[in-house]
Amino acid sequence: MRRTAFSPNFFGFAIGIPLILVIGALEAFRPLGLSLPALTGGLLTLDTMIRVGLFTIILVGLNLLMGYAGQASLGQAAFYGMGAFFSAILTVQARLLGLPLALTAAWWWPWLVMFVGALLVGLTAYGIGRPILRLRGHYLAMATLGLGIVIYILLRENLGLSHLNLTGGFDGIQGIPRLRMGELVLWPAWRYFFLVWLFAFGAIALGLRVVHSRVGRALRAIHGSEMAAESVGVEVSHYKAMIFGLSAAMAALAGSLYAHFQTAVIPATFGFGPSLELVVMSAVGGMASIWGAPFGALAILLVQEALRTQLHRIIPNAQGEFEAIAFGLILVLIMLFLPEGLTTGGLRWLRSRPRLRPRWG
Amino acid sequence: MTKTLSIRPDGTKDRAEGPLLEIRRVSKAFGGLMALMGVSLRVWPGQIKGLIGPNGAGKTTLFNLITGMLRPTSGDIRFQGRSIVGLSPFQIAALGIARTFQNVQLFRGMTVLEHVLVGGHRHSRSGLLGAILRTPRMQREEEEAQARAWAILKRVGLAEWADRPAESLPLGLQRILEIARALAVGPQLMLLDEPGAGLNPMEKARLAELIRSLNAEGMTVLLVEHDMSLVMGLADEIAVLDYGQLIAEGPPEAIRQDPRVIAAYLGEEDEVGHAARG
Ligand SMILES: Nc1ncnc2c1ncn2[C@@H]1O[C@H](COP(=O)(O)OP(=O)(O)OP(=O)(O)O)[C@@H](O)[C@H]1O
Ligand SMILES: [Mg+2]
Repeated sequence: MRRTAFSPNFFGFAIGIPLILVIGALEAFRPLGLSLPALTGGLLTLDTMIRVGLFTIILVGLNLLMGYAGQASLGQAAFYGMGAFFSAILTVQARLLGLPLALTAAWWWPWLVMFVGALLVGLTAYGIGRPILRLRGHYLAMATLGLGIVIYILLRENLGLSHLNLTGGFDGIQGIPRLRMGELVLWPAWRYFFLVWLFAFGAIALGLRVVHSRVGRALRAIHGSEMAAESVGVEVSHYKAMIFGLSAAMAALAGSLYAHFQTAVIPATFGFGPSLELVVMSAVGGMASIWGAPFGALAILLVQEALRTQLHRIIPNAQGEFEAIAFGLILVLIMLFLPEGLTTGGLRWLRSRPRLRPRWG
Repeated sequence: MTKTLSIRPDGTKDRAEGPLLEIRRVSKAFGGLMALMGVSLRVWPGQIKGLIGPNGAGKTTLFNLITGMLRPTSGDIRFQGRSIVGLSPFQIAALGIARTFQNVQLFRGMTVLEHVLVGGHRHSRSGLLGAILRTPRMQREEEEAQARAWAILKRVGLAEWADRPAESLPLGLQRILEIARALAVGPQLMLLDEPGAGLNPMEKARLAELIRSLNAEGMTVLLVEHDMSLVMGLADEIAVLDYGQLIAEGPPEAIRQDPRVIAAYLGEEDEVGHAARG
């Protein structure tokens, strides 16, 4: 709060925003035939960068929950899926629900659905969070894991209402419309890229504000000692459920953005594996840091991409399992040597002055 | 039972207004173990009341009951005349009871100043939306909270440590910080659980000075302490617990000579100590 001379937050925005503008402009105009893949040797594509933006939104929420408040969630992808399917159902399956075309064809309808969806998912998570977050440590991890699986199965099994076929079962929903602003369609990809990163930076700013507030202090206090926090008047169960709700709402928002990006959603995208991947991204970026979100997402997506395209060169008949093994090895190495993640651990290493514990974002 | 034991001293404090805290025949069982048995105790406004007893006597358990962290098996606890049994710890804090912990409970990774800011949590209202939107009210509250926290840090002599991570402080200052955090709650009653444990004589002197001056400003204190000279020097009245029962209560001079108290403490050295542990 009273940080003056050197603020990583300032540098984060001052470097991050122009960088995003340059990438977007590069892809929009392709000057001299240059493009993001061409400049990065095929490592980065606009598609990857959009995903990094989407995951950033989820990870800011997840970091608030896990890194700051100290509450595990192994089911976060389920909220991502709830947002995605909420948007998909209410924009594609409108006829099944008996919604008038005049309404669902309006350009603002998907936006309304997106924000209402995030709000509803957030409130639902708050309600579920009140009892669940009484559990601690491994028990909480198991409960959120179970919750994630239940939600995944509900999506896969048509919410138990098979006669309506709302979620499309295994095959999910196709033909989700592109987002529009009035007449302007937010496509080609570079337009959507700007939109996603607008939300991503918004999420980062939101995360930083939460951290540097009374609420953020209460969350960190709960992480340190629930007993002591409660003894000074912090309503621990409320705060835990609240941040659970916020993180779920952010994941749901990212899910809606994903649905309109991919234009098709299937339940498999939101199962246990993806939930675990989110935790890995969070850990790699640095759980107790807001800026860790984009770095964690970028690092993991790059590693996955590299493994997918390069692994067969080293091990000629490598299959998917090798990818998973290499992925796991990298994770173990990072946990061993940079347990605070790339950002917090990296910054500390750069400065290597224990007095200046990175407290910011 | 305890009524006959309790010695009502001719205190200098005004006792016309009724006790601040009243514990009425409180018992607490952990499974088969009776940690407290029919304990009755009163803390009067403005006093420093000592609570002593051998290891395992039930002192911390009593604190946990008062602050709502545990629920009594039977009996009633009244604060300012109103029963607080069944309230959550955060509600009891809001009523004006703050505490410190025998095993220092710090918020890892947070600075000294932030600890005191968390202590003042209940004096602001802004929530999540206020934080996200940086509303004028949130900013004003934040400024006020900072000012209050700094005042408390100066008051207890921790201002120069404000930006240090709390866990980097020496134990003596960590215990002072716990008192500062409790002070930030703005309580009428402070429960201090062995604030002198592990401190050197100089740190203890500083601690005693702080407690005495807080009391002089009107703070009521219930003090659990093993260091006899510390507690005898501070308290105007002392209650003694042994095996979950109140065995004596009265002014320090009387307690020091009470044969039951001497017996309880003598026993602690040998077989009673073992029994309490086993
Ligand atoms: N949560 C608990 N569950 C089970 N038994 C407990 C619990 N808390 C305390 N006890 C038991 O209750 C008895 C009283 O413990 P308590 O901690 O209140 O003693 P104390 O007077 O504070 O002792 P010390 O001076 O060592 O701090 C002990 O036998 C202890 O083992
Ligand atoms: Mg104790």
